[in-house]
Amino acid sequence: MNFDFSEDQKLLQKTAKDYLEEHSPLTVCREVLESDAPYARDLWKGAAQLGWLGTAIPEEYGGAGFGYLELAVIAEEIGRALAPIPFASSVYLASEALLRFGSDTQKQKYLPELASGEWIGTFAVAERPGQNGAEGIETSFAGGVLSGTKVPVLDGDVANFAVVVARSGHGSGLSLVLTDLDGDGVEREAIKSIDPSRSTARVVFSKAPAELLGEDGPGDGAGQTDALLDRAAVLMAFEQLGGAARAFESTLEFTQGRYAFGRPIASFQAIKHRLADLWCEIELARSNCYYGAWALSNEDSELGIAACNSRISSSHAFDLAGVEMIQLYGGVGYTWEYDCHLFYRRAKLLSVALGNPASWKDKLITRLLESRAAAASAEARNTDD
Amino acid sequence: MDFNDTPEEAAFRAEARAWLESNAERKGPDDAPPDLLGERTDSETVQRAQDWQKKKAEASWACLTWPKEVGGRGATAIQSVIWKQEESKFRTPPDIFGIGTGMCGPTIMTHGRDEQKKRWLPSLVTGEEIWCQLFSEPSAGSDLAGLRTSAVRDGEDWTVNGQKIWTTGAQFSDWGILVTRSDPNATKHAGLTYFVVDMHSPGVEIRPITQINGGQGFNEVFFNDVRIPDANRLGEVGDGWRVAITTLMNERASIGGGGGAGSVNELMKLAADTELNGKPAIEDSAVRQRIAEFYVRSKGLQFTGNRTLTALSRGTTPGPEASLGKLVGGKLIQDMAAFGIELEGFCGSLTQEGLAPQDATWQNRYLGIPGLRIAGGTDEVLRNIIAERVLRLPPEQRLDKGVPFRDVPTGPPSK
Ligand SMILES: Cc1cc2nc3c(=O)[nH]c(=O)nc-3n(C[C@H](O)[C@H](O)[C@H](O)COP(=O)(O)OP(=O)(O)OC[C@H]3O[C@@H](n4cnc5c(N)ncnc54)[C@H](O)[C@@H]3O)c2cc1C
Repeated sequence: MNFDFSEDQKLLQKTAKDYLEEHSPLTVCREVLESDAPYARDLWKGAAQLGWLGTAIPEEYGGAGFGYLELAVIAEEIGRALAPIPFASSVYLASEALLRFGSDTQKQKYLPELASGEWIGTFAVAERPGQNGAEGIETSFAGGVLSGTKVPVLDGDVANFAVVVARSGHGSGLSLVLTDLDGDGVEREAIKSIDPSRSTARVVFSKAPAELLGEDGPGDGAGQTDALLDRAAVLMAFEQLGGAARAFESTLEFTQGRYAFGRPIASFQAIKHRLADLWCEIELARSNCYYGAWALSNEDSELGIAACNSRISSSHAFDLAGVEMIQLYGGVGYTWEYDCHLFYRRAKLLSVALGNPASWKDKLITRLLESRAAAASAEARNTDD
Repeated sequence: MDFNDTPEEAAFRAEARAWLESNAERKGPDDAPPDLLGERTDSETVQRAQDWQKKKAEASWACLTWPKEVGGRGATAIQSVIWKQEESKFRTPPDIFGIGTGMCGPTIMTHGRDEQKKRWLPSLVTGEEIWCQLFSEPSAGSDLAGLRTSAVRDGEDWTVNGQKIWTTGAQFSDWGILVTRSDPNATKHAGLTYFVVDMHSPGVEIRPITQINGGQGFNEVFFNDVRIPDANRLGEVGDGWRVAITTLMNERASIGGGGGAGSVNELMKLAADTELNGKPAIEDSAVRQRIAEFYVRSKGLQFTGNRTLTALSRGTTPGPEASLGKLVGGKLIQDMAAFGIELEGFCGSLTQEGLAPQDATWQNRYLGIPGLRIAGGTDEVLRNIIAERVLRLPPEQRLDKGVPFRDVPTGPPSK
């Protein structure tokens, strides 16, 4: 049994942690939160220079050529630092979309720019409240142009291009298309969100020039969206895990230093037991994240199930950590000045960013039923022989 | 990162499996899940369990991590886990030796003198002698050090008087590990002495207790002037607490968490076969949400187990963080059982053979699981352990330290 990261991967993680402790203290997150700046530009440059943006991009496309386990440990540290950069959009979504579904020409064009951080990419699927995946898309792509409105688009105000889910009339009716966000026919504006330390936009396409992602054109856009969300879910789960662990550690430290009734509040059992329970939730999330990372790095057929597991577990752990953090800090926890709300906000943003936990739970059951049916029919075939 | 055995582990697994294939029958998909609390303990079952243990011992597949001199195999912790994984795939009698091999043996190994090890360990390995744990008392459970059963020195012997309770398997045990108060004037933890007691001694009286599920796994054990030779003392006089801690550490390590992934599959099957509002319950979104949550928790436990095994495989001993398995697992199984019962609607109340859906699996679990959340450290005690020993939070303020035991405040005896 070797269900753990390797020494090299842990070393990489330590390097990332040290770097972020120095270059991304929570004041950096707060600066973005409190200003109009969409993201921390210097930190983005630093992440690019360290090669983090191209971690899982092959060397032939300008990346570092590592794998998803390496990307997972970096994601955990990005989450731990609440780093205010478009990492998820550009790395887990845009880069993955190109790697998985792009034509070679498209990969040649986009991936090196993504790996170097020159370009930021994002993924635009959402159009309306209640949506959690590729259902009910109205944005359309025909004759080489794209029309429709996408909202919210994470980092849509700063990204150079987007991978857009659009109605195309091909196959299932949906396709993934690539479009330049600085070009004609695109209007975009930053909009307010629950976590202003990350930027969110509304993007309107009016006959914006676009091209299908991938050579053969008509893809199964719905299936591709699902596949892409699965991959991003595993990586984002590590971000959530890092955020949860940091919120938890701060809360442990705070409750030991805060005195009431002549003793540290952490000596009250009502508080100890809540912290013990929170620790359990974070450990379970960590274990489920490892499973996701294993499935992703092996392109295993269990990836669909593992992604649901990681996402559900981590979303729950980070949400709970943020909630408990404010509660156990007391009054100061509710102030703008203290950092608790940075965690509370980020946790909520991430818990809906790739579709809400309820939608992932539903998806999990669908996939479990499918895998049971597949196992049953395989068995039937075996006994026929 | 992978789930694979190292080449040595794989070779060991193959060897274990080969022996099992020729000595036991493989389980089928419809085999009943294992009895969590080991309650099926009629004399025929005890005999079958002893036969199986003997067979394993003869081929060195019992007490794997124990030294060869006492009948073990001298194996590593990970090998012992691999053996258990393989053994669990075969039909075997319930394990009635867990307390002996998991708690009593390791304590004797740590604190026993050579002649004590020679006397007790080999027959523990072969299953010829069965052991029980005489720790809890009516007014000392979580607060074990509050125990009152007295031991008074009398020549080469000790005379023991008092009562133990919740003693699993006492009715068919030959030996018990016993913690007593040998000095009521000393402070609470200082006045304890630890013995091994012959359960067939005159003055030992065993009365079964009926559990909420009707089973009789545990007992009350009364000691009326029971004589125990001083040669059966483990550790020094007054040092019984330290010896007891060794037992408790081993208990926590051996109880651990199951995971319950198998149970989620059964729940999925129930939800597929049961109608709710005119369609299969599994199509109902509230049902799907709950089952998904159960699944994610059970997988979380399973993979936490894999992380622990990885540490074992690298030669590290798991510490108090192992409390997570029982704390999360117990509540999870209880929640799943409650949900399974409710899914069955009106019929959820049935335990009648032949009529109860899925052979009353959920009803039986619902009635059995509260015991697991109490035995071997209650949920609350496990949270204390995690908070104080894993997270290192400040300890409770206590009223029972630094004063003679007789002055520690106490309530009226429970009935
Ligand atoms: C099925 C079963 C098998 C058992 N087998 C054995 C056996 O073989 N040998 C043996 O010696 N014992 C055995 N026990 C006993 C078991 O160890 C005790 O029942 C257990 O430790 C709890 O003690 P108690 O019953 O006295 O409850 P108490 O300790 O009185 O607990 C009552 C309640 O108070 C809570 N509580 C107690 N202390 C604290 C605290 N500090 N903080 C917060 N809450 C607290 C508990 O969590 C519980 O909810 C068995 C019990 C069961 C149920």
